[in-house]
Amino acid sequence: MFPIYDVIVVGAGHAGCEAAHAAAKMGSKVLLCTMNMNTIAQMSCNPAMGGIAKGQIIREIDALGGMSGIISDKSMIQFRMLNRSKGPAMWSPRSQNDRMRFAEEWRLALEQTPNVDFWQEMITGLLVKDGVVTGVRTGIGIEIQSKSVVLTNGTFLNGIIHIGEKQMGGGRTGESASKGITEDLIALGFESGRMKTGTPPRVDGRSLDYTKMEVQYGDPIPEKFSYLPSTTSLKEQKTCWITYTNKDVHESLEEGFDRSPMFNGRIKGLGPRYCPSIEDKINRFAERERHQIFVEPEGWNTVEIYVNGFSTSLPEDIQYKALRKIPGFEQAKMFRPGYAIEYDFFPPTQLKLSLETQLVSNLFFAGQINGTTGYEEAAAQGLIAGMNAHNKVKEKESILLKRSEAYIGVLIDDLVNKGTEEPYRMFTSRAEFRLLLRQDNADLRLTEIGFKQGLASADRMILVNSKKEETKRLISELKQIKLDPGSYNEKLLSLDTAEIKEKISADKLIRRPHLGIKEICSLDESIARRLEHYSKDVLEQAEIQLKYESYINKEKAMADKMIQLENYRIPLAFNYSGITALSAEARQKLSSVKPETLGQASRISGVTPADVSILTVFLER
Amino acid sequence: MNYSYGEKTETIVALATPQGVGAIAVIRLSGPDAIELANGVFFGKDLQKQDSHTIHFGTIRDGDQVVDEVLVSIFKAPKSFTKENVVEISTHGSSYIVNRVIKLLVRKGARPAKPGEFTLRAFLNGQFDLAQAEAVADLINSDSEVSHQAAMNQMRGGFSHEIKSLRDQLIHFASMIELELDFTEEDVEFASRDDLRILVEKLLRVIEQLISSFDLGNVIKNGVPTVIAGKPNAGKSTLLNALLNEEKAIVSEIAGTTRDFIEDEINIGGVIFRFIDTAGLRETTDTIEAIGVSRTQEKMRTASLILYLFDLGDTDMVEINRDINKLENLGVPFLKVANKVDKANPRFIKELSTLHPDTVFISAGQKENLDLLKDRIMELVNLDKFRTGNTVVTNIRHYDSLTRTRESLLDVLTGLDNEVTNDFVAMDIRRSLHYLGEITGEITTDDLLANIFSKFCVGK
Repeated sequence: MFPIYDVIVVGAGHAGCEAAHAAAKMGSKVLLCTMNMNTIAQMSCNPAMGGIAKGQIIREIDALGGMSGIISDKSMIQFRMLNRSKGPAMWSPRSQNDRMRFAEEWRLALEQTPNVDFWQEMITGLLVKDGVVTGVRTGIGIEIQSKSVVLTNGTFLNGIIHIGEKQMGGGRTGESASKGITEDLIALGFESGRMKTGTPPRVDGRSLDYTKMEVQYGDPIPEKFSYLPSTTSLKEQKTCWITYTNKDVHESLEEGFDRSPMFNGRIKGLGPRYCPSIEDKINRFAERERHQIFVEPEGWNTVEIYVNGFSTSLPEDIQYKALRKIPGFEQAKMFRPGYAIEYDFFPPTQLKLSLETQLVSNLFFAGQINGTTGYEEAAAQGLIAGMNAHNKVKEKESILLKRSEAYIGVLIDDLVNKGTEEPYRMFTSRAEFRLLLRQDNADLRLTEIGFKQGLASADRMILVNSKKEETKRLISELKQIKLDPGSYNEKLLSLDTAEIKEKISADKLIRRPHLGIKEICSLDESIARRLEHYSKDVLEQAEIQLKYESYINKEKAMADKMIQLENYRIPLAFNYSGITALSAEARQKLSSVKPETLGQASRISGVTPADVSILTVFLER
Repeated sequence: MNYSYGEKTETIVALATPQGVGAIAVIRLSGPDAIELANGVFFGKDLQKQDSHTIHFGTIRDGDQVVDEVLVSIFKAPKSFTKENVVEISTHGSSYIVNRVIKLLVRKGARPAKPGEFTLRAFLNGQFDLAQAEAVADLINSDSEVSHQAAMNQMRGGFSHEIKSLRDQLIHFASMIELELDFTEEDVEFASRDDLRILVEKLLRVIEQLISSFDLGNVIKNGVPTVIAGKPNAGKSTLLNALLNEEKAIVSEIAGTTRDFIEDEINIGGVIFRFIDTAGLRETTDTIEAIGVSRTQEKMRTASLILYLFDLGDTDMVEINRDINKLENLGVPFLKVANKVDKANPRFIKELSTLHPDTVFISAGQKENLDLLKDRIMELVNLDKFRTGNTVVTNIRHYDSLTRTRESLLDVLTGLDNEVTNDFVAMDIRRSLHYLGEITGEITTDDLLANIFSKFCVGK
């Protein structure tokens, strides 16, 4: 009934969909297994993509040839570029999305991807022979053969949903948990753990009084995620609203604390140190009189509303009572209660940087199974796991992104080297070369890599090359445009910037605070005409490269230094136990993580610079 | 364990305070038999029956003979410097007494400690963190009272505490910036630019203080580099010998320990003054060139103190003024020392003291006014602040890291001045975190995030 697949992907969430698409696009024969074909690419939690650091990840996925950017664009109902008032490295695209459209667009995209087959059933076991995965076993006992398997089980592995004192098995509300895979993996020698996440209640938008809330509009000129012109930015946008909790809300919530699975110890999984649940916020920051609630529509047409900021696992009656004390929610009708969910994960230190497991060859993990949280983090891992499953099967080199190259590189490097004690979420602060990892240059950084891998299309490559060349041309043109004090000082003063004393080229002026290409063009019509044929992307790129050149160069220099260690490869079979000069802790950690480069070794906690020097000595031999 | 310092079961003894200086000397015993051994020579209470951390008055006797009246402090393992049984005997500061007590204890079974052996034991017994261990290492090398004080302070955790507080403040500052970058959508109050400026200026003050303590810390460790400058026959060798002889009267017992052939060290008020290139000075013929000769100039430039010495009998005012002018241009603190005051013309003395009231008039040959000279030297180097127990940086590695931290923080300040956005400010902060991390251990993003999550309600 089934051929021998190159790649079987288990789970069809953000990670699974990216994995299946990438592997198939690169030429692998792929089977995507899901427990329910109607819930492919479900946004389990908030109906939004991107945000700070996460928006950059979506841009990176897109640049590499992944689909999340395109799907987000196609299902977008609102767009905002966050952090616009800060430097370009902080600009972070974020969209509200139509939950149903998002899932539908993904499903259609996968259906149109040649080489992707589908199978709806619970996968309950793995077929492993001599340390190599050979396929999966389904709930009704079918054994499907494959050369590699990507596990993207999300919150489904032995998932338990908590609402107050009630608890039930499930991977998402209304969907059953997945059994068998954890047990198989533990039998194979994997270490497992439990994590916890949660989601807020959904309400009927018709029952809300928006006049009591602040309106949050999308950007006046919305942008989009994908670098490809095949998607377009929104002409019309939905609005969101902001309201706040108050003392009454908090008191109502506190009435349910004794029945809270968070506080009475029923939830054992690791939650994050930040506080995503409303009870956590009230409990840990008792002095705060209010917390922000984002009221987000779930789509273009549906009346369902997502109550962002109100994630909770308190009993549903408490949720209901407290919700109705929020301004604008007095008459709120609840569609679905919020809940917490516990699920199995596998500490990601058991992985290689390719996301292949160390224990079982050709078996890859991506998404929440690795202890991460967030659609974007999951999608990024799915993409890399899918690409590398293909590469493994086709005996090609793995794609490994450096920390100085992509947030995706930071993400995977952190997971593999440090593991995680809480659901791992990306922050820009996690990237040491944040100024290099911008949303405006993800294509310049990564498309060529995606193209060489056979994922990013030739169209993308043409676009990137032209952006590169045009930017270069524009910069040299700006260097040629000279402005003299006589003709321009008056106008410069009117722009709130100092006079010039001698002839100065336009590229120098752009480096001044409050000045940009737009301002230079406003000085002189002939300059404006000379530059008008450059695209918005190119103008922006040139301005960023010029304006922040010194900072960017400083970071590049530091990144280059780090890359030197990165290029020092350590043989996988390297025997650390023989090197007594290393500290005992370093020996143990190095043996368990098996770093692939000296750079990676240096980032393992417990490995000191002295240990790295010692390693260098031994590697030199 | 294969280290050349013998077995840990041996009880070791040595003088714990600097040789030859101070009114009191402390002899330290460490090892399993420390209390028993001390008890064998001590007349007073039975030391073996006393509690840890107690002090007892009594006498040390050699047979029937009283060697000294002493105070004995008892520290029982593991609550002691070495984590072994430790006894400290405070005797009067006479080398004779000290040597006699140590010899007595050795006769009873203690072994004289090798250099640094107490510290080594302390380290092997897990007593110190890295910063403290390095301070202890400095302690071993230090042999002056003030140096000891600086090292002691660092060892007690003064340095570690200061650095830890600096680290916490820097983490706080960095998290305030990161908060605004990563959680801009959250409903939390962000620090204003003014707040950030105040924070970073505060940080800079602390760092400046630590950095500026290094020069003095170095002085304490290595001695104040000092040059006696003057014409041949000004009396440089006589002055040096006079100072040395005074010194020798105090430290005669340690003659031949580590006296450098090129440099002479003189202990004045607990501070070591290192006289540069004085080898020739003790010869009868003076080989040091006069002011103006480049080699001497070079020496003087590297000095922290110059004693400008001239013979009142064969120097005229024009020459003195010219020399002083040159010295002022050099920028090194100097003292005007007029020699042979006993043979000088009173009118010239009067004229000189009117024109240069800060001149010190001495007679090196007659050892006249040498105490005044020493007082003036001490005033000039102004080491007083080191007696107040402030934290002193003595390690070049720490100094270097602090200097780089300061540079990065200055860049932060420049960034704030130029109104660059916080993402660029953050870049310079990261550099400062990195450099401070070289002392305190790496400061990671997780440290920043932990600080943010503990202080602010973020996350949706």
